[in-house]
Amino acid sequence: MTDMTWIVLASTVAAALAIALGVMLPALAMGRAIAQALESLARQPESERAIMRTLFIGLAMIESLAIYCLVIVLIILFRNPLLEYLVSQQ
Amino acid sequence: MTADAMFAHTLFQFGPLVLRDTVVTTWLLMLLLWIGAWLATRRMRARAGLVQTAVEGAVTAMEDAVRQALPRHADNVMPFVLTLWTFLVAANLVGLIPGLHSPTRDLSATSALAVLVFLSVHWFGIRAIGLKEYLRHYLSPSPILLPFHVISEITRSLALAVRLFGNMMSLELVALLLVWIGGLLVPIPILMLHIVEALVQAYIFGMLALAYIASAIQTGALAEGPAPATEPEQ
Repeated sequence: MTDMTWIVLASTVAAALAIALGVMLPALAMGRAIAQALESLARQPESERAIMRTLFIGLAMIESLAIYCLVIVLIILFRNPLLEYLVSQQ
Repeated sequence: MTADAMFAHTLFQFGPLVLRDTVVTTWLLMLLLWIGAWLATRRMRARAGLVQTAVEGAVTAMEDAVRQALPRHADNVMPFVLTLWTFLVAANLVGLIPGLHSPTRDLSATSALAVLVFLSVHWFGIRAIGLKEYLRHYLSPSPILLPFHVISEITRSLALAVRLFGNMMSLELVALLLVWIGGLLVPIPILMLHIVEALVQAYIFGMLALAYIASAIQTGALAEGPAPATEPEQ
């Protein structure tokens, strides 16, 4: 039973840490991308559509990193393979 | 809280065949879109009515977006990308109707769409520049880079599927969690965010498909040599 407690504790901490880091760093990256896009938009307003298109695609790429973290966290929380293994052992 | 509300659940099961709500919602949406398109284009007139104006506006906006990304081969790619956009907007927004769930919050549905995009990238690439030229671009700077080309093809399709799935599922999950910890009316601001996010994700999915197809077509143009590296703006 103590094994179970440890795994639950560790996976809760890991999930919280993973989502915190996994949101923080992509947020920084997105902020940088948007800042650069705004700067180039202010410099060259005529190329707005190309900049916006590239910005959206880039943001989607960065955002998917945060989404990977979310998927991993959800797997840890709801379909934890280690916990299922432990339950099947008992 | 049950996992049933979040993940796709089984409706019926005939022996080995399992029918999940994703399939039913997808087919209903396809039927609705088909009937809607038929009704909207049934009586087209030069003096457009309300419905015709709205549909024409949407189609023209999407056409312009495709034409801008890919001026030369736009007409070949147009049906595929426009269909993707239309279906994804409907599929992402259908989750707002109580009792229904977005088909796109199921990884199987988004994987199917990503496989379609993966196949169509090669199809349009080969159609535009020929099989030999297309295969040559995998060896283009040097044959050493072949594994990296292959890995990039696979990972970007995987990312396409996981991105849409993760976004839509997390939106539904957040609304569900807020109902659980808050009250009945608490998730309404999140549902407004859901509308914006659903449209943005549909746009991004179609735009990325378009970007991948454009890169497959334009690597050929690069390999031809003197042709301009980027498609000229019209």
